[in-house]
Amino acid sequence: MYNSGKIIAGLVVFLAFFAFPFYYNLGKANARPEPKLNTPVIQQLAEKKCVESRDFMRSEHMQLLNDWRDSVVRDGNRIYVNAEGKKHTISLQNTCMNCHSNKKEFCDSCHNYMAVKPYCWSCHIQPKEDKS
Amino acid sequence: MSINRRQFLKIAGASTVLGLGGASVVNSLKRGGLEASQMSPDPKGLVAKRWGFVVDVSKLESEEDYKRCADACHNIHNVPVFKNDKLHEVKWIWKEPFENTFPGTEHEYMSHEFKEKNFLVFCNHCAKPACVKVCPTKATFKRKDGIVMQDMHRCIGCRFCMAACPFGARSFNYLDPRGKDTDGTPLIKVENKTFPTRMIGVVEKCTACYERLSIGQQPACAEVSNGAIVFGDLEDPNSEVRKIIATKYTIRRKPELGTQPSIYYVIGGSEHA
Ligand code: SF4
Ligand code: SF4
Ligand code: SF4
Repeated sequence: MYNSGKIIAGLVVFLAFFAFPFYYNLGKANARPEPKLNTPVIQQLAEKKCVESRDFMRSEHMQLLNDWRDSVVRDGNRIYVNAEGKKHTISLQNTCMNCHSNKKEFCDSCHNYMAVKPYCWSCHIQPKEDKS
Repeated sequence: MSINRRQFLKIAGASTVLGLGGASVVNSLKRGGLEASQMSPDPKGLVAKRWGFVVDVSKLESEEDYKRCADACHNIHNVPVFKNDKLHEVKWIWKEPFENTFPGTEHEYMSHEFKEKNFLVFCNHCAKPACVKVCPTKATFKRKDGIVMQDMHRCIGCRFCMAACPFGARSFNYLDPRGKDTDGTPLIKVENKTFPTRMIGVVEKCTACYERLSIGQQPACAEVSNGAIVFGDLEDPNSEVRKIIATKYTIRRKPELGTQPSIYYVIGGSEHA
């Protein structure tokens, strides 16, 4: 084989370079997001429960919010009846953020981790938070 | 490998059934929590077949009276106020002199008082809205109750609707409404925390206070107008708007264009005209 030394050396350098992100992060625990639920309003709740179950909200809140948006804006339906038959007013600013007034520690903690940038806040006013 | 027609159809049929079945299983898994759930209107909400307005500017005497109506609307809807930068102005309701409100109807013998009178103008919630016809994304659409609604989530800022609307009822956000005026003051002085703002690049206009109607409140401008703006169901012969229209002389803006506005302006006439 011609130039085998150079080729192998080149491959080693290439692999070392290519795999850099993997061994750079090796052994570093990437702290999983811990969205905080300790807002004053949530602490006051008798039953600490969102509009649907925690698992459902975790995986489906984006779909639920899309459905809510269309329901209010397109059909004028503002009351949401959940799986248990409980009624909630459909409103991101006035219902969701009333409990989750800690957007930075709640919404942002996962969204930043997942590198998603929902554009809700270009128009919807986020709660004022003391801590930056 | 070659298959005959019969084999092909069998395979196609079977995979269709599998495919459909598969999709429904996935869907019901995914949306499991939502099945028993539903959305409905607030029972407190006001309902009508066709919402409309009667505007009687004889009840607006001072500059203050006009301002009170416009401010009520702009404050609760977080409409940016451009004090200096008029080019980028955003407005939902404003005053307009007679000749701009009803162009082509002014004449040389008209009383000076009338010619100088200002009118309050806002989106007419037309029965045949030109804006809705041209909107490529259905961001502006007509609700069943006649309100011409604006879905800010869908608006792509093409401004076709602004070109189509003969009343200038729509404003484009050339600048970020959360930004500052040329003198450094915020465009939205005090945010109404219960209502959103808009963002740069979308079109906005009067939405007939849909958010207030849905919880049983009157439009904000009507509420503070001392009776100069009356809101009601045009299809209901017993509504207040219909009673005024039946007893007073009213005109609409640019009726010849065929958009069929839902704002009726009282032009003179006594209670028993
Ligand atoms: S006034 Fe203009 S914006 Fe309003 S419904 Fe009529 S055409 Fe559309
Ligand atoms: S600017 Fe927005 S509302 Fe107007 S026509 Fe374009 S998409 Fe529709
Ligand atoms: S009806 Fe509501 S949105 Fe329209 S001009 Fe009056 S206050 Fe503003």
